Amino acid sequence: MVKKIFLYVLLAVVSIVGIGFPIVKNPVNWYEYPLIPGLEENAKIIFFHVPTSWLTVIAFFMSTYFSIKYLRKKNIIDDAKAYTSAQLGMIFCILATVTGAVWAKFAWGSFWSWDPRQTSIFAILLIYGALFALRSAIEDEQKRATLSAVYSSIAFVTVPFFIFIMPRIMKGLHPGSADDSTAGPLVNFKMNGNMQVVFYLSLLGFTLLYAWMWDIGYRSYLLKEKIEKSEKKD
Amino acid sequence: MFKSMSALFLKDIKSELRTRYSINSLAMFIIVTISVILFSVGNEKLTPFMAGGMFWVIVFFTAMSGLSRAFVSEEERGTTMTLQLIANPDTILGGKMLYNMVLIFSMNIVTFLLYTAVFDSFIIKNPDIFFLVFSLGNIGMAVSSTIIAAIISKAGSKGTLYPVLSFPILLPLMLMLIDLTKLCMDGTTFADTQIEIFFLLCYDVLMMTASFLLFDFIWKD
Repeated sequence: MVKKIFLYVLLAVVSIVGIGFPIVKNPVNWYEYPLIPGLEENAKIIFFHVPTSWLTVIAFFMSTYFSIKYLRKKNIIDDAKAYTSAQLGMIFCILATVTGAVWAKFAWGSFWSWDPRQTSIFAILLIYGALFALRSAIEDEQKRATLSAVYSSIAFVTVPFFIFIMPRIMKGLHPGSADDSTAGPLVNFKMNGNMQVVFYLSLLGFTLLYAWMWDIGYRSYLLKEKIEKSEKKD
Repeated sequence: MFKSMSALFLKDIKSELRTRYSINSLAMFIIVTISVILFSVGNEKLTPFMAGGMFWVIVFFTAMSGLSRAFVSEEERGTTMTLQLIANPDTILGGKMLYNMVLIFSMNIVTFLLYTAVFDSFIIKNPDIFFLVFSLGNIGMAVSSTIIAAIISKAGSKGTLYPVLSFPILLPLMLMLIDLTKLCMDGTTFADTQIEIFFLLCYDVLMMTASFLLFDFIWKD
């Protein structure tokens, strides 16, 4: 209960602070964000877009971790954990894509421009889609778990190319791309103290939200399977 | 191990030559795709970059139409169990990979020759770099499509699922290949394409390692 209240308060604070606090040219008060030339009010997306894309990747890592664990121990609970994590990853992936696309319309002029990072998130969306297509094609529980675990492990091998290599060697619009003069990861680029605090709080809040949803998700999945099995027996 | 791998490879080639199912359908597929592109282009002249990109589109879909046969045919003929008894998984994967590699190489060389003959704007200025890129790309494609074919064959040979599962895995490879083909058509030096070629090499090695590690789990059920 305390955990839920804490999470609720944290996310509420992050949303209000992230959207509500003004952006001014020369911040004097503690609640004012600095103005980033060329971004202006659009800069606030960092508090919501980055955590969702971060969780897309984290959920994928978790899914692969439990897939490999399943392949080693053949414990069906690990499959449920991997599957639930993939489901959540898909939700966050769609959120990251949509928030990014809407933002890009105002900042870059079009919804979609095949920037390397946009390509990457699109590929991850496809991987998740393929994983669910594969799962729905197989009836047998053991076989489904094994094959989807193998597929997500193979897909995992390609993810570093998308997330870490391609955006850095190809030209793009995101910070940290090959031709970006500011260089360095997104967090360090002209973000001052209070912005960083809000950013990390938001990251923490979203991650906790994911952990909570994942916990409920896999337990309810296991219960559902159990009920379906007992219904079949009767 | 290499002896039994080549034995398996020869067995596949022999049974293929007996029916010529894959070879015929792949050859027809290549001709059909190229003629469809020719019809849709009409009298317009393709820009060089577009021709370069289109080449890999043909290669991708041809690969998707034929390469799943390697494992699906074993399931269809009911010979999976026998294979499981007489050879260990690594040998089987190795043999099938070799077979797919030969298939994809011959298929892509035919596609390449036909394509250069038909489209005037498809001119490669650095044939040596392109050959390297082409070979690495083919190896990568053969490796990834073999392991996906194994998954498909165990999932009840669902034909439509094959491109769906393969596309995300092949996407980094395809993007790099399209990029590199453009660079080769521009006539860039080897030093400029180094990073991209290294990327292809990394992809091939990683995919092959992952395939050999994971094939055991698919094969034994």
